[in-house]
Amino acid sequence: MNFPVLSAITFVPLLISVIVLIIPKSKENLIRWVSTILSLIPLALAIYVYYVVQADAGTMQFREEYSWIPAIDVYYRMGVDGLSAIMLVLTALLSTLCLYYSIYTIKDRVKEYYFLFLLLQVGMTGVFVSLDFVFFYVFWEIGLVPMYLLIGVWGGKRRIYASIKFFLYTLAGSMAMLLAIIAVYLNTGTFNILEAAAAQPFAGNFTAAAVAFWAFFIGFAIKVPIFPFHTWLPDAHTEAPTTGSVILAGVLLKLGAYGLIRIVLPMFPEQFAYFSYDVPIIPILAVISIVYGALVCMAQWDLKRLIAYSSVSHMGYVTLGVSAAAASLHAGGDPTSAIIALNGASLQLFTHGIITGGLFFLVGMLYDRAHTRQIKDFGGLGVKMPYYYGIMMVTGFASLGLPGLAGFWSELFVFRGTFAIIPVFAMIGILGLIFTAAYILWKVIQHVFLGEFDQEKWDAATHNAKITDMATFEKVTMWPLVIIMVLVGLYPSLVVRLLNAVSTALISNF
Amino acid sequence: MQIFVFLLPQLVLFLSVVLVFGIDLVGSKEKKWLPYLALTGAVISLGISIFHYGWMEFEEITVLGGMIALDSFSLFFQIFASLVAVFITLLSMAYMKVRSPYQGEYYSFILLASFAISLLALSSDLVMIFIAFELLSISSYILTGFFRHDPRSSEASIKYFLYGSLASAMMLYGMSLLYGATASTNLVEIAQGLVGIDPSLNWVVYSAIVLLLVGFGFKTATAPFHQWSPDAYEGAPTPVTAFLAVGSIGAGFAILIRVMITALPEFQMNWVAILTGLSIISMTLGNLVAISQKNIKRMLAYSGIAHAGYLMIGLVSWESGVLGTVFDGLSGILVYLLVYLAANLGAFTVVIAIEHKTGSNQIEDYAGLIKRSPFLAGTMVVFLLSLIGIPGTGGFVGKFLVFGSALRAEYYFLALVAIVNSVIAGFYYLNVIRYMFFQPLDEPAGEEIQVPGSLSVVLVLACVFTLLMGILAQPFIHFVQTSLKLVLS
Repeated sequence: MNFPVLSAITFVPLLISVIVLIIPKSKENLIRWVSTILSLIPLALAIYVYYVVQADAGTMQFREEYSWIPAIDVYYRMGVDGLSAIMLVLTALLSTLCLYYSIYTIKDRVKEYYFLFLLLQVGMTGVFVSLDFVFFYVFWEIGLVPMYLLIGVWGGKRRIYASIKFFLYTLAGSMAMLLAIIAVYLNTGTFNILEAAAAQPFAGNFTAAAVAFWAFFIGFAIKVPIFPFHTWLPDAHTEAPTTGSVILAGVLLKLGAYGLIRIVLPMFPEQFAYFSYDVPIIPILAVISIVYGALVCMAQWDLKRLIAYSSVSHMGYVTLGVSAAAASLHAGGDPTSAIIALNGASLQLFTHGIITGGLFFLVGMLYDRAHTRQIKDFGGLGVKMPYYYGIMMVTGFASLGLPGLAGFWSELFVFRGTFAIIPVFAMIGILGLIFTAAYILWKVIQHVFLGEFDQEKWDAATHNAKITDMATFEKVTMWPLVIIMVLVGLYPSLVVRLLNAVSTALISNF
Repeated sequence: MQIFVFLLPQLVLFLSVVLVFGIDLVGSKEKKWLPYLALTGAVISLGISIFHYGWMEFEEITVLGGMIALDSFSLFFQIFASLVAVFITLLSMAYMKVRSPYQGEYYSFILLASFAISLLALSSDLVMIFIAFELLSISSYILTGFFRHDPRSSEASIKYFLYGSLASAMMLYGMSLLYGATASTNLVEIAQGLVGIDPSLNWVVYSAIVLLLVGFGFKTATAPFHQWSPDAYEGAPTPVTAFLAVGSIGAGFAILIRVMITALPEFQMNWVAILTGLSIISMTLGNLVAISQKNIKRMLAYSGIAHAGYLMIGLVSWESGVLGTVFDGLSGILVYLLVYLAANLGAFTVVIAIEHKTGSNQIEDYAGLIKRSPFLAGTMVVFLLSLIGIPGTGGFVGKFLVFGSALRAEYYFLALVAIVNSVIAGFYYLNVIRYMFFQPLDEPAGEEIQVPGSLSVVLVLACVFTLLMGILAQPFIHFVQTSLKLVLS
């Protein structure tokens, strides 16, 4: 038997969390460093998986299958293809960075914090490698509890409200999904995600399939989040501690979109196409998310809330890309565009994870200094914090899709694909790009960094906080992200090659 | 001989009742070891019944003129009853020692009530059912009012008694109607008598079903027969509340399943219709009212009503011929009962530990529990998550099986109501977690809470069971599926 790499990636964090539990509470530094250094193991394994998978990224590799609860037909099934491999790297990388960043920023209840954070990592990783519905669902929900506690204990002023809202929204979505999973089982007789998709549940019964489709879709849409299910997001992101926001935006939102691509699209292509093309509800919601999200950003004066809403807008591109790929089934012809759109959507998962993760880190760093997030309190910081300003520029530009940086490619692919299939929505959606450029340049860059630095205003707003440029640990946290932004921007093939194989396999199965 | 061997766990329980009670009468010296005697009896009975399940083969027969059924279904509830006896005895020890001088009476009634649960599950005759039912009810009334000098305890007992005797009377009337229609009190013979019954007698059976369900609904604390439960839960000594919340509901479902499936399969259409209504009302009312509760015992009472509603779904979705499939419904009920036993008893143990120290049952007094006792707060989270139904805990497996059975039987509306209710339930359970973890972060923590040894044992056991049933559910589900053989002929 081969070494179970995927189980290792998933459960090593669990092992670390047990180690954390054993270390006495008072040895805070030991807890911090042990978990951070050990978390390099899943990261290294994830990178290894990424290298191995790319040879044949369109198929499931590293398969593991054991009987788990035979009495109810539930199996321990794991496997990765190119898409999951990319998401594994993203998850492991952001987790390690967060754990490292927390060494310097989390001061109280260190033990509980690290324990919960590692538990969260188990849940997130598990979702990306599961090939069994019940197994998938278990991981999907396991991440919920630690995130709830992370927001509730280490969060900002309105943390209690935000954490409960986050929990209940997600719970509602996953309950709908649970019913859909059971319905699919009763129809196809298997919890195997691949087999169930191949069996095309409820084939010939459009209404039943549509109901199951919507149950899945809403479950995932709440997580993505797609308008109108997005209202938990600004609260949760804003109130979460910095690392919580990074993980929320960087990985948790991706779980929903990943579910759309991995489960909904192959299992209900007919319904997805119908609601993307004949009755285009989904692209409409996607476009609303993009444009409305960006407009709300322009009106925000709270820097963290602004970044939070930008996630709504950017995840809209993902939904748009996926729905365009689905619509191609009914729009006829041109599978290439469908593949390009899907590539864009899945690439956006990765790039948005890196970029927005970075933005939340940066906002957190500023907040740690100033203890305010009000954009109006800042101004002229470019002079005082040049290093920070530089990193923020790169990340901000990547976010607005500047060519040469990672964000550009995913947006290009999404719109290139969508234009060929559902051009109207591409045209409206592209407005989002303009608004994004506007709020990044105007709100984030101009208001915060440009202009004269006003010492009196700063002192009044921050109670005489000291302005220091980025510390070493902050630079160490940001540099991997910046390097990836540039690298993927210059040579997107690093990631797209893997995604393309997955998209091609998906679209050709329609 | 086989009867004797099969009934050995019951006999041990009953013998312990007599022993504890008798020894308490002899001499006037306080006997500190009486609780341990009771515990020993309960553990022996549990051991024997587990041995029976694992290593003995029994014919599935009825004995004593059809009065009691020796089948794996009653063996399951024997294990259930012994578990309840063990756990309740353990979690009473520290609490009752300082609160009541009547140790012998208390423990013998706990054991007697547990004995009544298993007797109820054994009964396959209306007469026997009524006797066991009353035995359970009367011991419960006494236990509820055990703190004679506490007006709330007495009030709870009286209220429970009044509702209970009314329910018993109505159930008895239903039984007599069934007897009138079929000329038998034996469940199997009733089923045979109902096959091809003269349609002009249908109304008799209809009324009998309604009246029987009043009695069973009372025991399972299903709305609208639940009014006794919040007051009884709040007023009763907390270990007794734990008993009522788990034991009483388990007994109610044991007898509900046996009567409905053995005696009334001909009229399944009718009782399914009623049970569906009860289920929907219970889930919705229980959860909605639980939100506004300030007292954790009352909250758990209302949430218990909601859980009874979820459990009903399993019975509603039962059809003959689905046994052995994944979502057969009945195995869902039994798994759910096991899960509920572990999680709810665990939650009550935390309540007892806190009340023992602080004297308060208000949810707001749980604020900052994480600092006062990380052990209590940590285990409480596991229990509450299991009650919500989060994967990784047993609660998920229970809900998964029960909700799945509703979909299998194509009761989509029922499934929808159930999931909406699960989300509502999430809110008030989380509320407790919120107080324990988030509330007064900045204030200095209150005094540390020491957990007595006997309570720690229960907490660890319940926590391990809850997690095991979520992660390694296979043996539990297998256990339940092999327990689902009722004597039908």
